Amino acid sequence: MTPTREEEYARQEAELNDLYREVILDHYRSPRHRGALPSATISREGLTPLCGDEITVELQIQGDTISDVAFHGRGCSISQSSASMMTDAIAGKSLAEARALIRNFTAMMQGSDKVDPASMGDLEALTGVRKFPVRVKCATLAWHTLEEALQALEEGKFQP
Amino acid sequence: MLDVEAIRKDFPILSRTVYGRALVYLDSAATSQKPRQVIEALVRFYETYNANIHRAIHRLGEEATSAYEAARAKATAFINAPSPDCIVFTRNTTEAINLVAYTWGRACIGAGDEILLTEMEHHSNLIPWQRLAAEKGATLRYISLTDQHTLALDGLENLMNGRTKLAAITHVSNALGTINPIERLALEAHRNGTIFLADGAQGVPHMPVDVQAMGCDFLAFSSHKMLGPTGVGVLYARRDLLEEMEPFLGGGEMIRRVTLEGATWNDVPWKFEAGTPNIADVIAFGTALDYLTALGMENVRAHEVEITDYCLRRLRELESLIIYGPPDTKDRAGVVSFNYPDLHPHDLSTVLDRHGVAIRAGHHCTQPLMRCLGVSGTARASFYIYNTPQEVDALIEALKAARAFFSNDTH
Repeated sequence: MTPTREEEYARQEAELNDLYREVILDHYRSPRHRGALPSATISREGLTPLCGDEITVELQIQGDTISDVAFHGRGCSISQSSASMMTDAIAGKSLAEARALIRNFTAMMQGSDKVDPASMGDLEALTGVRKFPVRVKCATLAWHTLEEALQALEEGKFQP
Repeated sequence: MLDVEAIRKDFPILSRTVYGRALVYLDSAATSQKPRQVIEALVRFYETYNANIHRAIHRLGEEATSAYEAARAKATAFINAPSPDCIVFTRNTTEAINLVAYTWGRACIGAGDEILLTEMEHHSNLIPWQRLAAEKGATLRYISLTDQHTLALDGLENLMNGRTKLAAITHVSNALGTINPIERLALEAHRNGTIFLADGAQGVPHMPVDVQAMGCDFLAFSSHKMLGPTGVGVLYARRDLLEEMEPFLGGGEMIRRVTLEGATWNDVPWKFEAGTPNIADVIAFGTALDYLTALGMENVRAHEVEITDYCLRRLRELESLIIYGPPDTKDRAGVVSFNYPDLHPHDLSTVLDRHGVAIRAGHHCTQPLMRCLGVSGTARASFYIYNTPQEVDALIEALKAARAFFSNDTH
């Protein structure tokens, strides 16, 4: 059955509401860990060339732990809120835990059934982005940047 | 004036729906839609006279060659070029500008020379010159912007000197809509002994362009922004410059005699059209030029002035909306960039899309300009011959809906 015009409008409204959930707009309006870390162990800048969004992720590492994290940059509500949620999720975590989170988040955004979104805390709110394929790269920008920072850290190729 | 209702019937895509609503296509500055006549020209070529050109000694080859060269003649007339020899077909505006940078630029620009650009250039009229300047040790200078987002031309003479070999300036800004005074700029350039290139990608499709009256030495534009297919660009160049320039790409078609030791070059413009060109799309581009010529470019411009005027008036009704570009439509083409202060253009564009309104959001391939404006991007509506005031109304309603959507904390 083809949906009626009203049903189609309602579906679009529902998908928009699902994309821009309250928790996402909250992180966008009141970002957590926004700023710079003067004594960061490593700092990495991520860019999406198509839309020009920019995010810098800074990590302070003590031993095997992300003892502090910050981000700054500019972009849409999805890229900024995803960065904010990410910093919340990895602060105080071990490097291995952060890597696992990157893997799970990326899999969740790709729609993998191996990850239960309910186990992802606030990050679950970003599943609504999957219905907007061109926006998925907004949600993953901070995570790719974090991944690059951890990679550089591992290879010892970094400057504070 | 244009009969927009009749025109719309020529564009099959305009009758489709998007998310259950009539499509409101306000992104023609990115690429225009195509009339049935252009689509049929493509089909007719492939169904009835598909052949390679300039080589086949058979009927189909003759028909294809003559249609391809007829398109060159149409492009010549469209911009009032002195002769078809001045028209080189490329892939797009970007390739046309790169052709100039790689051939004329490499030969004529050296260490210590200068190239004059503006802060509003599209990356396609910026990156080729940055690369050339880096390779040759040349310097880039930039004309800055006024508060009204026009070029700051006071003191222009101070930006040019004996080392200024080239001024490369856009006719119309794709992000601001600003129409630049090409005639005056070319005149000042020539007075200084400087070669003048105009990026016509956003100008040629939207208003009468007379390349001789404007005084361009080079002019680049694209088929796909003016009802034609993608994959076709035009480089207009002064005949004497083309004669002096080395070929861009080497291969078939561009040669005269080839031996194992070397080769000599074909006449212009074929010297610059190596390999089998985009035959079908060039021919269909010719049909697009026929379509625009029949409408009359003065009428196209008048329609766009009217709809842009209306759009600006309606946008100004919206509280807190920031509108970029010159306030007076006589200084601007059918391009309107805007932003809500706390709303990223991508978020805005996503909501508009679900209301059936297609606009462009982002940096519009003008990152230095966005930095000048102090934003990461803008939302941009752009118009063409098929857009109606009702579509502007739909944009306004969608903007209001988007604003309400993001200011409502409990949605």
